[in-house]
Amino acid sequence: MNRNEDIQELLESKEEDFVINIGPQHPSTHGVLHLKVKLQGETVLDVQPHLGYIHRSIEKMCEASSYRNFIYLTSRMDYLSAHMNNQACSMAVEQGMALAIPERAKVIRILMSELTRLASHTLWWGALGLDLGATTPFFIGFRDREEIMDIFEETCGARLTMNYNVPGGVMYDIHPNFQKRVHTFLVNFKKHLPEYDQLLTGNVIFQSRMQGVGVISAEDAVSYGCTGPVARASGVSCDVRKWFPYDGYENAKFEEILETGGDCFSRYQVRVREMYESVKIIEQYIDAIPEGDFQAKTKNVIKLPKGEFYSRVETARGELGVYIVSDGSMKPYRVKFRSPNFSNLSALKHMAVGGKIGDLVAIMATLDLVIPDIDR
Amino acid sequence: MLYDFSILTSKIHESLLAHCSPFWAMMLEFVIVGTCVIGLCVFLGVSFVYMERKVAAFMQIRLGPNRVGPKGLLQAIADVMKLLLKEGITPQASDKFLFNLAPFIVMIVAMLALAPIPFALGLQMYDINIGIFYISAVSSISVIGILMAGWASNSKYSLLGAMRSGAQIVSYELSAGLSVIIVVALAGSMSLGDIVESQRTGWWIFKGHIPAIIAFVIFIIAGTAELNRAPFDMAEAESELTAGFHTEYTGMRFAMFFLAEYVNMFTVCAIGATLFLGGWMPFHVGHLEGFNHIMDFIPPVIWFFGKTFFLIFVIMWFRWTFPRLRIDQLLTLEWKYLMPVSLVNMILVALIVIMGWHF
Repeated sequence: MNRNEDIQELLESKEEDFVINIGPQHPSTHGVLHLKVKLQGETVLDVQPHLGYIHRSIEKMCEASSYRNFIYLTSRMDYLSAHMNNQACSMAVEQGMALAIPERAKVIRILMSELTRLASHTLWWGALGLDLGATTPFFIGFRDREEIMDIFEETCGARLTMNYNVPGGVMYDIHPNFQKRVHTFLVNFKKHLPEYDQLLTGNVIFQSRMQGVGVISAEDAVSYGCTGPVARASGVSCDVRKWFPYDGYENAKFEEILETGGDCFSRYQVRVREMYESVKIIEQYIDAIPEGDFQAKTKNVIKLPKGEFYSRVETARGELGVYIVSDGSMKPYRVKFRSPNFSNLSALKHMAVGGKIGDLVAIMATLDLVIPDIDR
Repeated sequence: MLYDFSILTSKIHESLLAHCSPFWAMMLEFVIVGTCVIGLCVFLGVSFVYMERKVAAFMQIRLGPNRVGPKGLLQAIADVMKLLLKEGITPQASDKFLFNLAPFIVMIVAMLALAPIPFALGLQMYDINIGIFYISAVSSISVIGILMAGWASNSKYSLLGAMRSGAQIVSYELSAGLSVIIVVALAGSMSLGDIVESQRTGWWIFKGHIPAIIAFVIFIIAGTAELNRAPFDMAEAESELTAGFHTEYTGMRFAMFFLAEYVNMFTVCAIGATLFLGGWMPFHVGHLEGFNHIMDFIPPVIWFFGKTFFLIFVIMWFRWTFPRLRIDQLLTLEWKYLMPVSLVNMILVALIVIMGWHF
């Protein structure tokens, strides 16, 4: 831990605190997170996230909409993993309906999920560079993300909030160009991936900004409820795709990326290596999309039996849990989301106290927070 | 061989003397020189904005400005017009006098530092015999302007930015100064005119053995840091402090800081070119008379600006490829690495000069 004696002394000193508000409008909060930071010179003494700036009560709104409709509200939570959010909700509803979805739909869902993950990670990589003061990565990251967005646009009709999942499968079949375009994308992306390492990973300044910064141990990561790349960087194996495979991930051949450092650099490496794994998964399935229906037959009005349903997926940021309580009507009685960003944010103070302002920004960048997912 | 601009300047001087008293002749000369400096600053500001945006664009797989004017050449002018027409907001709780004064101090300092730089043979505003010392003395005043801006804004971001900038400029001035001393020792003069003259047989980066190369590298690093440019843009650090010391500035006063940064960049690169790359001296290779003769045909002004713009490109290159350092790493780099290396380097050069090992 970087809490040495000097920091302890600072923490105990009786001087007046220098408090600055980072956010809600601030370049590095990636949205509207509001952090109240207590400083001693450049050293961070305390970080307090203030939530609620863009609270839209998505959970309550979900309770007011039908099982078919509430799925699409979740695109606006973690908008960078919109497809995975929808998938989690669809899965919970399918679980309630005891519905088995066609193989083709499963494979399409996997492909879309992994493409979403790539889109999210490329954006994260670019934004990380921006937070550390390097502008170029942002454009490099966006170059590849654009290609994925175009693929989405062609098949789903939207680029960000795709709303492609429905209970029982996916809304439409894939576009005839889909496979061809994904192939071109893969060729380009595999050519571009080494550039990511050349521009940032090997850079001395980058490494000195990342290594040993914002360390969180495996125990702490578990107790804060961290999931996804944040927990995996501390050596906590928590990939939902491996532990609780869903929608055909049990057949996918990929590795769960684990690092043991627990610092910013480990989190960085987990995400970069995950990009390679996602490429692997897409390569497995892109030529093996089974023929058949893309959607199971469902009734127009979906009613779930009385009971509780829970599903979870691995979004680009960690584990998203969807919990539905049904009273047997056509609307959910209670919906609760367990969002990965909220738990990951809770570890921010633990990581940032004792560091510098620059470290705080680096930690926030490697936590890869999406604020609408925290506030919901 | 090379055109001596002092012929032109002395002609102007004589014709002025013929028409008015020496006092008024001097005053008129001040006005002419001042106009030239302001014109140069505006030209530098506009051309650097365009250059920076184009360089950045090509490094970031995009086109850059291409809408205003042919190839976007008028983009910078449009930017300046926008800044001129914007409302200059003064925060209510700020110290209004200092707040308004700070951008001018920064700008004036940037202009003052241009004075002893030789653009070509005889084309020099003021060949003071301690030219390089004068530049390092004057340029250190700019930190006062930055601290003033940060303090008077009454904003916490500004204050933090100004403090960072103060720590940074004061420390990096040391190694910048020490690397300048190396050339001063080699050339045996502080006058920039003499330093350029001493490179007639070869630039110091070639003649000065390894110490001169080390000094050149350190000078570029320290110069970038003094300019508060990425990767040393701690004072601005937009992802940490929104915009650092000029967070609260708008309109033309913000443009002053912006312009001052670019003029300072020009000054640092011009000094780098003058001290290490021979200033306006053409590139000569030993006894290749023919080659040297061809090189002499390129006017010195072009040599000077070519070298300067090359260094500016290098500094822009840094900015668009490197992430930012953290404040403690920044100071560690200076005090633990650059300073000791510079000191050892200085001793080495002293030895070389005493033993007469340099060419």
